[in-house]
Formats: sequence, C-alpha cells, structure tokens
Amino acid sequence: MPDTQALVNDFLNKLKKRKIEGSQATAKQTAELLRSVISQTRMPYTNQAAALIHSVKAVGERLIAANPVELAVGNVVRRVLHIVREEDLSLTTAAMAGLNLSAESDDEDDTDRDNHPALSAAAIAAASRSTLRPPSLQTLLEDVPDSAAVPHTSSSGGDSEGKSKSADKSSRSRKLKHDVIEAVNELIQDISTCHELIAEQAVEHIHQNEVILTLGSSRTVLEFLCAAKEKKRSFRVFVAEGAPRYQGHLLAKELVTRGLQTTLITDSAVFAMISRVNMVIVGAHAVMANGGVIAPVGLNMVALAAQKHAVPFVVLAGSHKLCPLYPHHPEVLLNELRSPSELLDFGEFSDCLDFGSGIGAPLLHVVNPTFDYVPPKLRRA
Amino acid sequence: MDPRRTARTVSDPKVRQVGFFTPAPPERSVSDPPRFQDPIQPPSPSPTQVNDHSPSGNSLSPVMIPPAHHHSDNFLRTALQATSPTKAFSYSAKTVTIPPENEDVASSFSPGRKVVSAKSPSSFPGVKASSVPASELTTVSVVNLPPGISEKAGGASVEVQNDRPVSAKTLKEKTSKAERRALQEAQRAAKAAAKAEGTKASSAASKVVTSANTKPSKAAKSSSQKNDGSQVAASEKKGGDRAPEKDRKKDAPHPRMQYDDKSRVEKAKKRAVVKQTEARNRVELFRHLPQYEHGTQLPDLETKFFELDPMHPAVYKVGLQYLSGDIRGGNARCIAMFQAFKEAIKDYSTPPEKTLIRDLTARISSYVSFLIECRPLSISMGNAIKFLKNRIAKLPLALSESEAKSTLMLDIDRFINEKIILSEKVIVKHAVTKIRDGDVLLTYGASSVVEMILLHAHELGKHFHVVVVDSRPKLEGQLLLRRLVRKGLSCTYTHVNAVSCIMQDVTRVFLGASSVLSNGTVYSRVGTACVAMVAHAFHVPVLVCCEAYKFHERVQLDSICFNELGNPDAISKVQGRKEINYLDGLVNQENLQLLNLIYDATPSDYVSMIITDYGMIPPTSVPVIVREYRRDHLWS
Repeated sequence: MPDTQALVNDFLNKLKKRKIEGSQATAKQTAELLRSVISQTRMPYTNQAAALIHSVKAVGERLIAANPVELAVGNVVRRVLHIVREEDLSLTTAAMAGLNLSAESDDEDDTDRDNHPALSAAAIAAASRSTLRPPSLQTLLEDVPDSAAVPHTSSSGGDSEGKSKSADKSSRSRKLKHDVIEAVNELIQDISTCHELIAEQAVEHIHQNEVILTLGSSRTVLEFLCAAKEKKRSFRVFVAEGAPRYQGHLLAKELVTRGLQTTLITDSAVFAMISRVNMVIVGAHAVMANGGVIAPVGLNMVALAAQKHAVPFVVLAGSHKLCPLYPHHPEVLLNELRSPSELLDFGEFSDCLDFGSGIGAPLLHVVNPTFDYVPPKLRRA
Repeated sequence: MDPRRTARTVSDPKVRQVGFFTPAPPERSVSDPPRFQDPIQPPSPSPTQVNDHSPSGNSLSPVMIPPAHHHSDNFLRTALQATSPTKAFSYSAKTVTIPPENEDVASSFSPGRKVVSAKSPSSFPGVKASSVPASELTTVSVVNLPPGISEKAGGASVEVQNDRPVSAKTLKEKTSKAERRALQEAQRAAKAAAKAEGTKASSAASKVVTSANTKPSKAAKSSSQKNDGSQVAASEKKGGDRAPEKDRKKDAPHPRMQYDDKSRVEKAKKRAVVKQTEARNRVELFRHLPQYEHGTQLPDLETKFFELDPMHPAVYKVGLQYLSGDIRGGNARCIAMFQAFKEAIKDYSTPPEKTLIRDLTARISSYVSFLIECRPLSISMGNAIKFLKNRIAKLPLALSESEAKSTLMLDIDRFINEKIILSEKVIVKHAVTKIRDGDVLLTYGASSVVEMILLHAHELGKHFHVVVVDSRPKLEGQLLLRRLVRKGLSCTYTHVNAVSCIMQDVTRVFLGASSVLSNGTVYSRVGTACVAMVAHAFHVPVLVCCEAYKFHERVQLDSICFNELGNPDAISKVQGRKEINYLDGLVNQENLQLLNLIYDATPSDYVSMIITDYGMIPPTSVPVIVREYRRDHLWS
C-alpha cells in the first residue's frame, strides 16, 4: 500500500501541475496506476469486489479532482470499476454454477453432501450478497447485517464448510483480482493501440484527390492520414496551425516527412479555405455523453464554417475518450485558461498591466482557453 | 495580321508585377508588369513596335483601334505609363488623321464616354499619355501617335519603357482579338468620323485603351472595373465577353504565376524595378496570385534609389514603407500615397512638347505601378487613383501649369478631407449611437475607424468593455490593444481561435473593412469572416464600419479569386516565441507549402449593418451607393 500511495501521490502531483497532458498519456498512466492499486488491495473474505471498488474509487476521486479537465482520467477510472463489477459478476455466476456442480457430483462426501445443499444454499445466498449489486435501499440497509450474516452462515456450516467456503472465497478473491488485472491490462493495451484500430478505417473515408483540413495536432489524425497514404490514396492536407500552441506546425512537419502534400495556414484563414476542402478531420480531447466534443480551441469555429459550407466534420477519438458526463456550460466548466504569456509578451505589455494594478481593477484581461466545445449537431461522424 | 500578331505576342510578354491576374490569354499579357527598361531601349523597340502595329493597324480600318490601343489600354490598366507604348503603337493609320482632343476626354469613363472618345482619336494615334488605372483616364492618356513616339523616346524613360513592352503586347493582343473589335471600332470610327468630332472614335479608342488597360493594370483593377470604360475596353478586347471578368482578374492576382510561359516571366522580371524572386512552393490554388519571396526587395530598392530618376523620392519613400510594412491599413496607405503624389505634383514641371494632362497622368501611372510592385494596391487605393486621374483629365486646358498644379493639390486635399477624414468622423458619430452602457464590444484586428469609435465612445462617458481578437501572423490587435489600454478602456485580449468561447458574453461586434463589394460581401483582413460567422451563430449583431470611397462594383464569391499573398515565412516563424521552431529547415521541402492570406471575403448574410459616411445601410444597399453617389460626387 505504501508503494501505491507514493505512486498515487506522484501521479496526483503531475496532474495538478499539468506535467502530464494529453488524454492518451493520462489514460494510460491512470490505468497502470489503478492496476497497481488493485493488485495491492487487501481483499477481505467477503465482498472483495466491493473492497476493490472502494479503493479504486478513493484513488479515482482524487485523480479526477486533481485535473477535472482531463476527462480521460475519469473515464479510465469508471472503466476499471466497470471491469471489477463485471469480473465479479462473472465469477459469481461461475462460482454458483460450480457449487451446484460440486453439490451434485459429490457422492462420497456424505457429510459434505448433507451440508452441501445447506452450504450451497447459504453459499449461494452469501455469494449473491457478496456480488456487487447496484446500490439500492435494500442493499444499503443489508450491508451491515450482511457481513454479520455471512460469517454466521459460514460458522454454522462447520469448519469444513467454513474452510471450503473460505477456501472458495479466497480462491475466488484471488481469481477476481487476477481477472481484474488481466482486464485492466487489456484496457491499457486498448489505449495504446487505439490509433491503429482507428487508422484501419481510414481507407473507407479518404478517397483519391481529396482535400482534408485539420487543426492542431493529434496522433490519431496523423495515423489516420498516414494509413490512407499507405493505401496509395493521394490527397492534400491543409493544416491550421492552432495557435497559441502551434501544434499544427508539428503535425505539418510529421506529414511532410511522411510524404504528404501539406499546406500550413493560419487559423484565421480557415473560413477562406474551407470552401475548397472536402472533409475536416480532427482529433478530440473527449467525447461527451450527448455527442458533444471537447476539442482543442478553435475547432468550434472550424465546425461552424464546415457546417456552413456543408463539409463533413469528422472526429476521431479513442475509446478512452468517451465520457459519460453531460456537458453543462462546457466553455467555462470544462475549460482551462492557460498562461497569457502565450498570447502576449509580458515584457511588451508590462506598462499596461501595471497600469491596471495601480488603479485597482485590472484593465487588461487575457483569455487563453485550451478547449472548445463542439455541439453534436455540428459533427457529422 | 496573324503572323504579326503572334510575333508580337512572343516579343512582348506583358509582365505585370503587381496585382492579381487571372490567366489571361497568352496574347493578352494581362498582367504586363510595368516595364522599366532603360531609356535607351524604347527608341529601338518602338520602331519595331510601330512597325508591328502599323501593319496591324493598317489592316484594321482607320477607325479601328489598332492593337496599340489595346496595348495602351493594357498599359493603362497596369498603370504603366502608356505613353511610350502608345507611342510605339502606330496608330499611324488613323491616328494622324484624328486631331488630338485630349482635353475633352472626360475622366470618368461612364459619363465621359463621349469625352473620352473625343480623346481617343488622339489617343489612338498611339500615345497613351497615362495608363490611368482608372480606365477613364486611359482614354485620356491616349495620345497622338506622332508625339507619342517622340515622347517615348525622350520622355519618362521608365514609364516609356514599361509601356512599350506592354503596349506592344496589348497591340498584339488587340490585333489578335481584333476582328470583333475591329468591326466595332470601324463602326464607331465611322460614326465619329462622320461627326467629325472623333468623339465616338475616341470612345472606341478609349474602349480599346481601357481594355488594354484593364488587362495589364492591376492597380487599375478596382478602378478599371468601376469604370464603364473598362468594361467597354473589355468588350473591345478579344473575348469581349470575358473581358470584364478578365479585367477584373487582371487586376486580381498576378498573372505571372499563371503563365507557364517561362520566357514571359523572365522578361517581366527583367523589367521589374523591384527585383522580386518568386517564392518556391506556391500553393496550387493560389497560383493566380503573385507570390514573392519577401525580404529580398528592400535592399535592392534602396540601392536603386538614385538610379530611378523618374521616380519621385516621396513616392519612393512611400513604396519602401509599403514594402517593409510600416504603413498598414487602407486609410493610412491611401493618405500616404496621396501625400506623396502631392509632393510629386508640386515638383512636377511639364516637359516641353508635352501636355500637362497626359504627361502627368502618365507619370502618376508610373508611380502607381511602382507602388504596386511594392505592395498590391488595395481596392480603396484603386478608387482613389481613379479619382485623381479623373481630376487630372478634367483640368481645363486653359490653366497654366502652376494653376493646374495647385488645383490638383487642392483636389487631393479635398478628397482626403472629405472622403477619409470627415467621413471617419461621420461614421464615428453614427456608430456611437449604437453603443450602450454595459456593452461588451468585440473587434478584430486593428481598424482605424473602429479604434476611433471606441475612443470616442469612451470620451462620451459610456461604460463598456472591449474584446480585442487578434490573429497571426500580423498580430495587429496588439497595437490596438495597447492604444486602448493607454486611454483607459478595459479590454480583453484573445486569439481568434477562442472567439467561440468568448462570443457568449459579447453584445456587439464592430469590424472594419478594406472594401465592401457590390453584393454586400465584406472584403477585409483574413479572419474577419470567421469572427462574423461565429457572431452570427451566437446571434450577435455585426456592424461593419467602412468609408464610402472603399465601395466597389466588383462581386466576389469567395476569398480565393482575389486576394493577396503575404510572406510565407511569417507563418513558419512565430514572433516572440523562439521555441516554436518546428518547421526550421523544412521550408524548402517539396511537400510543404505555406499559405499566408492577407484578406478574406465575408458573405453578406453575416453582416447586420454597414455604417458609412452616408449613413447606416444594410449590405444590400451597397450597389445603390456605388451607383448613385459615386458618379455624382467622386467622378464629377
């Protein structure tokens, strides 16, 4: 636990200080972190899944609070919780089936058999209680007596049954952890390889002699375009530079080194050029439950222009970016203002800024949002 | 004719350096750049040209405007001094017969069709005094052949040279398309001859001239387009139907790019005053726009300062300021140009054997072509130049030189005062009525009018907040921001990408414009369209503030047919942020193209209202203003 605690704190710090950015990186790290948390969680005999969930939740809430804008963190936490629940459910059903089987097939063990039905009934009852059930009034009220009842039944079952049950349970708990960790590994795998899967679909969407517009830089988009290029589709790409981070420059550089015809334009020229563009393909930071997209700043403008000119607006997002939250007032709540120095040079404007502080209310505000919200109706796919 | 015509085409590629050209037919080197050849050359070519032309001219009926006209027209268009070329043109066939009637030629084409025509006979003779960007003036500039030739040899060498090649070209083109035009001209000439006024002929000539002018002159683009004359000329030109568009297009992007003919481009380059190396990696879509490598011109120009005798130092200075970007903004450029012209007029003295009007117009045209080389003219500047040439053409002959000069200077002052300074005040007065307390106003880039509006409203004591939206690569908003904050306005500064985040809080949007076109499209700094579109999506009213002299008859559908390309290096380098250097070393890669648009076209549906010195009008009323008020006030 101390190890994980240190890890968790470390990750929390990184998130808070924005040292880690980008949904893929954060998602991966979160998943790995949760994996280690899970493996280190001490599992009680009963309701291991609940314990797992409890510990994951505790860590997850802290992670989300550290950087609420990185929705990928929350997504991964929820995915892991879902995994735990699923695994637990499948294990329980398997266990119940197994118990039934053992009860039926065990002939020699008379005592066991005698006890088995009772045990099995009790075990099934206990098992069903120990499996995670969606919180309801019943479960909440049963929680306390539940834990008392289970040992009771186990003790009533006798040592052998108790042992077997506990053995069952411990084996089951071990198995649960094992399964969960396996599933989390799969999740990490998914996060890493989402690009390839998305890129495979590129060929269906990009055809010959098309002109594509994109803004900023997204690895998904890069892989997408390169996959299409591999299939010998020749097309041109307009890259809007995406100030103030100018990630469009990076993307353009990548594309050029891979041999694609690229033209770099300023963001302000997007409206001018969009009439000559066949498709707009962008990456996203997160996709909300209503279909809205949190994207790098400037994409709302592009989406509006695309809608006006009836150009398809396509968003590429890995599964770790799908978020079950609904955006309320996303420009403010789900946005982050970055340093004004990216826009204004402090040195040049120091006189103006000082002017404000002397008087009282500052006269000059600089707004440098990171993200844009694109409503679902502007998005084609 | 044909062999000759083709010969001509080959010899004289019209290379126009500035402005945007649409690919003109090879014959019509639409964008013949002003050719600044040394003085020595003109004489020799002229004879050849004359020879060339005369046969063609001869082939045409006497009334017909020989190709020289076209050439001259083209020159006019290119704002080249048409003098030389026109002279070169041997309108000898008919020119000799027609007495020069320059003075009567009206400045404006439309109304002055007749006047022009009166002049045109003289012009036909082959001397186009000045290739006024305004097509109207072109007619005026048409001068008699005989004097033209002599002038050519002696006169403004620079202009002459420029004109000559152009004129030769235009002549060629004219003859090539000449059949149609020849017929028209013949008819017109016949009529004119019948009337013994030469008015009609002059009109025909003017038409030719204008068409010629339209072709070459980019500067004249806006003006020429406005001119009916240009239209006339356009019709005269070969492919008359497409002439108007061609004219416009000629004014538009630099045709050089469009030509695959390397020889033409090379010739143009040789004649250029400003040596501009073409940028590599031009964007395909914008091949019709001139694109140069920036930064290579200034030192060149500086060294040439003392070599260019015909160029007045004030004009030279303004050209350099354009080139380096010291002067920005439509009004500032216009005023600076006019101040320089005033200086030039003050120092001007009519050379012997020349008339003031023609020569001065020619000289102004040469100045304009030089300015075009430094930086393509904005539409408002084109209008202003048209006005000036108009006024020059309307000078009564009886005036002495000093009187004429002072009149002109007064006219220029009046124009600047009325159309720019006073109209700004009127616009401000109208606009502040639209600002209420508690407003959040958004503005984009740095527009002089909007700045005045905001400052004035602040002085009136209104409380409002300003959002300044800026964009790369010019980052003009920072200048505006600094000035506003100094005056004590509370401002927010942001980048154009964030405009959709900030638009929710905004109550009004004020935008400036470089020009407003006839269909209500607002032509202004790139990015304005984005801002207007987002404002429209958030149901925020958009008010465009634009002086009436910036209106234009043209129609533009999108930002691609006519634009200006800036320095592509400005995109790859981010000023003030050294760490953004991803593209170092990649600039010359084949696959990478950098596109730096300067202007864009905002559709009229995004604009709620246009505030001009004639009042507050909806975008649909722009053609009305152009039609009604221009004619009366500006060109009267």
